[in-house]
Amino acid sequence: MRPNIHVKNKVAVVGAGLTLFRRRMLETPRELAWEAASMALESAGLTLKDIDCIVIGTAPDAFDGVHLNGEYLADGAGGVNKPTVRVYVGGGTGVFVPIAAWWHVASGLCRTVLAVAEEKMSPAHPHPQGVFAYIWDPVLERPLGPNLIWIFALEMRRYMHKCGAKKEDIALVSVKNKANALDHPAAQAAAKITVEDVLNSEVLVWPVNRLDISPVSDGAAALVLASENEARRITDSPVWVEGVGFTLDNTHWYNRELGYPRYVQYAARMAYKMAGIERPWREIDVAEPYDPFDYKELHHIEGLMLARPCEAPKLLKEGHFNRDGDLPTSPSGGLLGVGNPIAAAGVMKVAELFWQLRYEAGARQVKKPVHRGVAQAWGDLMQAGTVIVLGN
Amino acid sequence: MSRRVAIIGVGWYGFKPSIPDLSFREMMFEASMRAAEAAGVDLRKDVDAFVSSQEDYWEGIAISDEFAPEPIGGVLRPTFTVAGDGLQGLAQAYMLIKTGYFDVVLVESHAKPSDILSLDKIYELALDPVNIRPLSPSNPLFTAGLDAVAYMSRTGLEREDLAFIAVKNRVQGLRNPRASYAAKISLEEVLEAEAYIYPMTRYEVAGFTDAAITVILASEDVARRFTDNPVWVSGVGWSTETGTGALAWHEWGRMKSMRMAADMAYRTAGVKPSQIDLAEVEDRFSFMEPLTLEEARLAPEGGAAKMAREGVFSPDGSLPVNPSGGSLAMGVALEATGLARLLEAYLQLVGAAGPHQVEATRALVASWRGPPTYTSMAVVLESEDAL
Amino acid sequence: MSGGAERRLPGHYLKSKEMYSLPGLVEYRPVARYLFSAGQAQSRFLDGLKEGKILGKRCPRCGRVYVPPRSYCEYCMAPTSEWVELPGTGEVHTAVVSYISTFRERMEKPEIVAVIKLDAPGYTKGGYEFAGLFHKLCNVEPEDVISGRAIGMRVKPRWRPPEERKGDVNDIECFEPVES
Repeated sequence: MRPNIHVKNKVAVVGAGLTLFRRRMLETPRELAWEAASMALESAGLTLKDIDCIVIGTAPDAFDGVHLNGEYLADGAGGVNKPTVRVYVGGGTGVFVPIAAWWHVASGLCRTVLAVAEEKMSPAHPHPQGVFAYIWDPVLERPLGPNLIWIFALEMRRYMHKCGAKKEDIALVSVKNKANALDHPAAQAAAKITVEDVLNSEVLVWPVNRLDISPVSDGAAALVLASENEARRITDSPVWVEGVGFTLDNTHWYNRELGYPRYVQYAARMAYKMAGIERPWREIDVAEPYDPFDYKELHHIEGLMLARPCEAPKLLKEGHFNRDGDLPTSPSGGLLGVGNPIAAAGVMKVAELFWQLRYEAGARQVKKPVHRGVAQAWGDLMQAGTVIVLGN
Repeated sequence: MSRRVAIIGVGWYGFKPSIPDLSFREMMFEASMRAAEAAGVDLRKDVDAFVSSQEDYWEGIAISDEFAPEPIGGVLRPTFTVAGDGLQGLAQAYMLIKTGYFDVVLVESHAKPSDILSLDKIYELALDPVNIRPLSPSNPLFTAGLDAVAYMSRTGLEREDLAFIAVKNRVQGLRNPRASYAAKISLEEVLEAEAYIYPMTRYEVAGFTDAAITVILASEDVARRFTDNPVWVSGVGWSTETGTGALAWHEWGRMKSMRMAADMAYRTAGVKPSQIDLAEVEDRFSFMEPLTLEEARLAPEGGAAKMAREGVFSPDGSLPVNPSGGSLAMGVALEATGLARLLEAYLQLVGAAGPHQVEATRALVASWRGPPTYTSMAVVLESEDAL
Repeated sequence: MSGGAERRLPGHYLKSKEMYSLPGLVEYRPVARYLFSAGQAQSRFLDGLKEGKILGKRCPRCGRVYVPPRSYCEYCMAPTSEWVELPGTGEVHTAVVSYISTFRERMEKPEIVAVIKLDAPGYTKGGYEFAGLFHKLCNVEPEDVISGRAIGMRVKPRWRPPEERKGDVNDIECFEPVES
């Protein structure tokens, strides 16, 4: 990879769209994709005719219950009679979709890209958790009858041990994000709750209680990305993609330290290098770290180098990550508050940066002035880090 | 769009109906080591990004991209998966290099259909869950039959014209060590074989094969450091005609996505169809080879089957088509099928095809993801001698 | 979406009862059956389990001994070479108490699940990487996990009797504390 090279074609985000995030939706997966895609186009003042290429993101096919799910979504996502591709890095897919859209434009091959992510978890029946029974190594892990929450709990327990963090310190993330989500129009799990509520909710796999986890959701989200020339024609306030990064660690997640996400750090370094950022903890104004579980936000804040290892719980307690804090995180309400339709949730996070950087986030707008934001998602077996840096 | 993109090495493993002694991961490793050796590349030092191409239900693993990084050298590196054909993966690598930020990108795709016990049911799972699956089509590949009939009725072709393609490709495959389904068969044997999907018999529908293929690409300046025999990826194209939920919109008897993908590949390459002197293209059903050639403007509408019978597309003809034997002789390698076509074209352009070597400098490689989907991919490859 | 809050977003929420009473609801159970090839490295490992042995495979370049074994070293991209029998002992890297099953049903008796860091050559002490297995713990109480006593605890495999072993990761019933 070339260091210090300025990517020739600048790329901007010029539009965003979202559906409601809910436990069960009437719309089919294709209809959800269409709703988000058409709203994103409308917000950019474009129609599908103006779009050169399509990037689709959706996590396991087993949720929608459709093999080749990208093909199934193609017409809802505007991908008919166009170059359409589906990229995939498990739960990291949401933030990866705009990253893939970035290279479509930065390569010069496409001028405009519609990036659409959709997830409908409700068709999996009786519970979407069943789908996660098939994510394991079929020979060595599946025979143990694992549950997805196990590995999160194992990681959370290790983080607590390594950093001396308590469950009540971590529960504060859930309290913050669910409260932030009260101002988000898509939110499914917004609530005014207390640390005690989290601690008193059902224990699923200790140390994980029900309110430590984001909900199961249906939903879709979309972005429009454009080359510099197109972007300047479309809007007075393009939001630039300043850096992208992505990393996959090894499959054997039980062969490495779970207390620190090096896969996020590697991806962040790549994105910061491209963006010319040397001190992310000072140069980033707003962050949307991935928060499917509350401890994950802290873990990822540290992986993103927005705090030193094990420092995030303390900064959280001091209000550093609140909307009016020095470095607001998940001002959207995150996955814990807005909901977690996997790939769509990641795109929702990038959309939040887009609105924040245009000062269009309304009641969610962070207090401090913003120039640069970072969004991140995580996926696979504690493996994938996807990071995007946007600037205005 | 200034930097050119080159293939600097290709590796493969398998092309057998069943490889029970290696896991899919071990096959990926074998292919990747061979590609690294061919390119003279250290996978852990020289590669900037890794692309794997696969689909969950072929793998039998939800979120199967978890298994991508280790066998291809991509641990703790920028690695991702394209849920699509290997040529779509290749197109992503091409774009990554064109950004100017990435110099060397590895593309991998593999298939182990022999691990799948319910392959027809997996195909069924790709059908629209509300509109089509409840009809329980007894053969989920039925859409290919509908397309074949529509194509025949539009062009006036006979069953013999399609059967001839099976003869040509299965016999050509006898010279290719990767063609497990090659056979010395006659037109009569094809026509009289057991009907599979009307109008096609068993010989006209490709079997399945286990294979892993790895391709290493580099920007022009970097490619020159590794090889003096690069093959240029001059153009790429891909297109989706319709979602699988909307079969009603499909233009039957045509491959509109192939037309669009090929046009995009020619446009990005800046070449005309008449400049192509080798084609490795889609033929998993016999009718698809002539239809693909027509949609890719390498033959006039309805004229490809006749040209095939006149020998134009034979290894010694003016435009050899699938001298490898194509998927009919090599088998369908699920999402690795596009890279199988690319591998064969690459070996031809560097003069390493062995017994089935033909004279060529500029190839069209084309693949299709169905059934029941309608996505096509096309790539224009050029050797150093293409002027 | 300026302001965010005032705009009504598309989509219609359904209550569970509403979803199940929708007309045209299609029930479909995917038939997805596979016969996975374990491959060279995992097959030998599973044979070892049947004999009551935990086998690792060494990378000739970096010296890491992999458990579970792989045919290649993912850090050096070199084929691994010699097989190494490990003592099977190790320490608990992290452990949790599960009250739910794979399909999220409540379990009568909670299970203790852990990542076991095995004693194996080729790794730096306290390093990020290690040889290890994902397995269950027995003779460990939920309280030991919650208090943190279980973490770092020395453990060894409890093997099933030879006649019950099937060449499966469950040939190890669980890991249990090494008696002091």
